[in-house]
Amino acid sequence: MKIVINTLEQIDGIEIYPIISLIIFFTVFAVTIYLALTADKSYIDEMKNMPFDNNNDFQLDNNNEKVNQ
Amino acid sequence: MELEKFTYDNKLSKMFLFATILWGIVAMLVGLTIAFELIFPNMSDGISWLSFGRLRPLHTNGAIFAFVGNGIFLAVYYSTPRLLKTPMFSKALGCIHFWGWQLIIVLAAISFPLGFTQSKEYAELIWPIDVLVVIIWVVFGLNMMMTIVKRRTKHIYVAIWFYIATWVTVAVLYIVNNLQLPTSFLHSYPVYAGIQDALVQWWYGHNAVAFFLTTPILGMMYYFIPKAANRPVYSYKLSIIHFWALIFLYIWAGPHHLLYSSLPDWVQALGVVFSIMLIAPSWGGMINGLLTLRGAWDKVREDPVLKMFVVGVTAYGMATFEGPMLALKSVNALSHFTDWTIAHVHIGTLGWNSMLNFGMIYWLVPRLFKTKLWSVKMANTHFWIATLGMLFFAVPLYFAGFTQALMWKQFTEEGYLSYPNFLETVTQILPMYYLRAFGGTLYITGAILFVINIWKTASAGKFTRYEEDQAPAKPAPKAGEGWHRKLEGRPLQLTVVALVVILIGGLVEIIPMYLVKTNVPTIANVQPLTPLELEGRDIYIREGCYTCHSQMIRPFRSEVERYGEYTKSGEGVYDHPFLYGSKRTGPDLAREGVKTLPNYKPDSWHYSHMIDPQKLNAESIMPPYPWLAERDLDVSNLESKIDVLERLGVPYNDYLKGQDPIAHLNDQATKIAAGLRSGGIEVQDNKEIIAMIAYLQRLGTDLYNGNTQAQLNSK
Repeated sequence: MKIVINTLEQIDGIEIYPIISLIIFFTVFAVTIYLALTADKSYIDEMKNMPFDNNNDFQLDNNNEKVNQ
Repeated sequence: MELEKFTYDNKLSKMFLFATILWGIVAMLVGLTIAFELIFPNMSDGISWLSFGRLRPLHTNGAIFAFVGNGIFLAVYYSTPRLLKTPMFSKALGCIHFWGWQLIIVLAAISFPLGFTQSKEYAELIWPIDVLVVIIWVVFGLNMMMTIVKRRTKHIYVAIWFYIATWVTVAVLYIVNNLQLPTSFLHSYPVYAGIQDALVQWWYGHNAVAFFLTTPILGMMYYFIPKAANRPVYSYKLSIIHFWALIFLYIWAGPHHLLYSSLPDWVQALGVVFSIMLIAPSWGGMINGLLTLRGAWDKVREDPVLKMFVVGVTAYGMATFEGPMLALKSVNALSHFTDWTIAHVHIGTLGWNSMLNFGMIYWLVPRLFKTKLWSVKMANTHFWIATLGMLFFAVPLYFAGFTQALMWKQFTEEGYLSYPNFLETVTQILPMYYLRAFGGTLYITGAILFVINIWKTASAGKFTRYEEDQAPAKPAPKAGEGWHRKLEGRPLQLTVVALVVILIGGLVEIIPMYLVKTNVPTIANVQPLTPLELEGRDIYIREGCYTCHSQMIRPFRSEVERYGEYTKSGEGVYDHPFLYGSKRTGPDLAREGVKTLPNYKPDSWHYSHMIDPQKLNAESIMPPYPWLAERDLDVSNLESKIDVLERLGVPYNDYLKGQDPIAHLNDQATKIAAGLRSGGIEVQDNKEIIAMIAYLQRLGTDLYNGNTQAQLNSK
C-alpha cells in the first residue's frame, strides 16, 4: 500500500486531476451527442452500409432455402 | 477509380472458431461439475484438485477468457479485414496471438485445480501467467491496430470502435489490478490492501464484464446481425451515441459490487448513480440491435441464426436492466451475497454471450466451408433447448436468492433471528440447486447438438482459406470534414480519446480513495497476522474458501446480530489481497475467531469440520478438506513473504521484533496442535490444517481486543 500512496502523493497537483476529469467528461459527452445528432445523412448511410460492401459475399439464406446472388 | 485486388485469409478465423467451440464445452462442463458439487458435496471424494473452491475460478475464467474470448477473436479476425478492405496486418502475429492465448488457457486449466491463484475474481491467474497475458494482448492489439492503419476504407465502422475500446481498456484494467510483488515464481501479494484493493478489484471486475463481455460482443452484434438479416443497422447515429455513452459510463460503476461495505459512502453513491445511468446506453444498444430486424421478423421465425441473436440481445437488455436495479442500495441489501447474483450473471453469459457466439458460428461455418448448414432443424432444436436451459438455470436461482435473503433478515416477534442457524437457510433452497443443475444439463445438451451440427457442416463442405476482394485505394482526407469523422478516420487518436474517457472514472474514484486519509480510519488494535496465520490465510486463498464464504459484515441489524460487529475499513489495512468475497454459500467468517460471539467454534470443531463436515452437520453442503490434515505446511517461502509484506507497508519488523518468523510459527503451531491432541485428536504440529485453524481463530478478533460488543455498540 505505501508504494501506491507514496507514488500518488509525489504527483504535483494531483487533487485537481479528478476535477479536470469531470470537466472533460461532461464536455466530450455533450459534444459527441450534438455531433451525432447533427451528422449528415449521406455520411450516415455510407457508414451503415459498410458491412455489405463485399464483392465476394457467399449468398446463402440461413435456412438453406434460396440463394440470391 | 482503379480497384486494388487483395485476399482475405480465413485460416485464423477457422482456428479461433474451433477453439471457441472446444473451450465452450470445457467451460460448461466444469460449470456443471461444480453445480453438482453444491448438491453432492462429497462428489470430489477428497481429491483436492476437484474441489469446488479450486474449480470455480476455472469455470469463470474458462467461460470468460476461453469461450467468449476466442469467440471475440473470431469476430475480430473475420470482420475487421472485411470492414477495412485489407487482409489482417500479420499472419505471424495472428499465429502468436492464437497459440499464445491457447497456452494461457491450458496454463490456467492446470494452475487453478492445483491451487495457484491470486483470489481476485476473474484475475486469479498467478503473476507469470499475467505477464504472458499482457504480452499476447499487446500482440493482438498490434495486429489489429496495424490492420486499421493499413485499411483501404476511409472510415472505420462502429464494430471496430468497440474492438478498439475493448483492447485499450482491458489492457489498462488488467495491468492496474494485477500490480503485485512476487514472493516466489508462483506466488505474489498485490500492492493494494483491504478496501482499496477491493475498490481496484471491482473497478477491474465490473469492467471485465463491460469491456470483455459487452463491448466486443456489441461489435459482433453491429457486424453479424446486419449480415445475417441482410439489412443495415437500424440507426447509425444511435450507435455513435451508444458507443461513447457506454464506455464513458461503464468505468464508474464498479463500486456497486461493494455497497454497504466499508467503502466510503461517496464512492458507493458514485457507483450507484452511474449504474442507473447505464440503462440508457445499454438499452439504446439493445433497441438498435432488435430494430435492425424491423421488416425481417418473418425470417426470425424460421432462421436459427436470427433466433439466437434475438434471444441474445433480449437477454442483454434484461441483464442490463437488472444490473442497475441490483445496484440500488435497497435491492442490493437483499440480493448481495445470494444466488440472485449468480442468476443475473448467467442471463448475461448463457443468454447474451453464448447466444451471440452460437448465432455467429452458425452463420459463419457455412460461409467458411462453402456449404449449407447440415441441419437447420437441429439448430432450431438447439435454440429451444438452450433457451429453456437458461431459464431453468436462472429462475430457480432467483427464488433461491429471494428466499435465502428474506430468511437471513427475518426476526421473531421477540426480536431474535428467526433462522439463527445458517444451515437452515441453505437446506431450504437446496431444491433450487437441483433445478439449476438440471438447467445446466439442458444447456450443455443443446451445446452438444451444436457441436455435432457444426462438425457435420464442416465435414460436408470444403474449407475456403482465401477469399478475393477488391476495393479502391484509401482516399486522401478532404478539408472541412466534421470533428467526429476526422477522429474516427484516425484510429490511433480514437484510441487515445477512448483511453482518456475510460481513465476518467477510474481517476475520480481511485485517487481520492488513496489520498484522503479519513476514507480509511485507522484502528489501533489492528496488528499483522502471525506467520502461522499468514500461511493459513494463503491456504484459505489456495482452496478458494472466499468463493463460498464472505468476510464482510454489512451494517444491518440482521447481520450484526448473526455475525457480530460490522466490518470496518481500518481492519483490512494489512490484507493483501482483500478477502471480502462476493457470495455466501456458507456463513460469513469475518468474526469467526471472536470467542464472545454465538458463531465461535473451538479448534477441535474446526478440525473435525474440515475433515468431514457432514459428520457435524448431516445436511451441510461444505466439501471435505482431508488433505489439509495430511500435508505438511510448506514454510520455505515464509521469509520472502514477510519481506514482501514489509515492503508493502505491513509492519512485520515492529511486530516480530527480530524474532525468527519460522520459530514464531512453530511455537504457535505447537500450542494449537497440543490443544487438539489433549482433546483426543491425532495430529502433528506441522500440518496445514493447524495454520488454517490459526487463521480462522484470528479472524475479526483485533477489533474486539479489549472491547466488548456493548462497548463497540456505544462507539
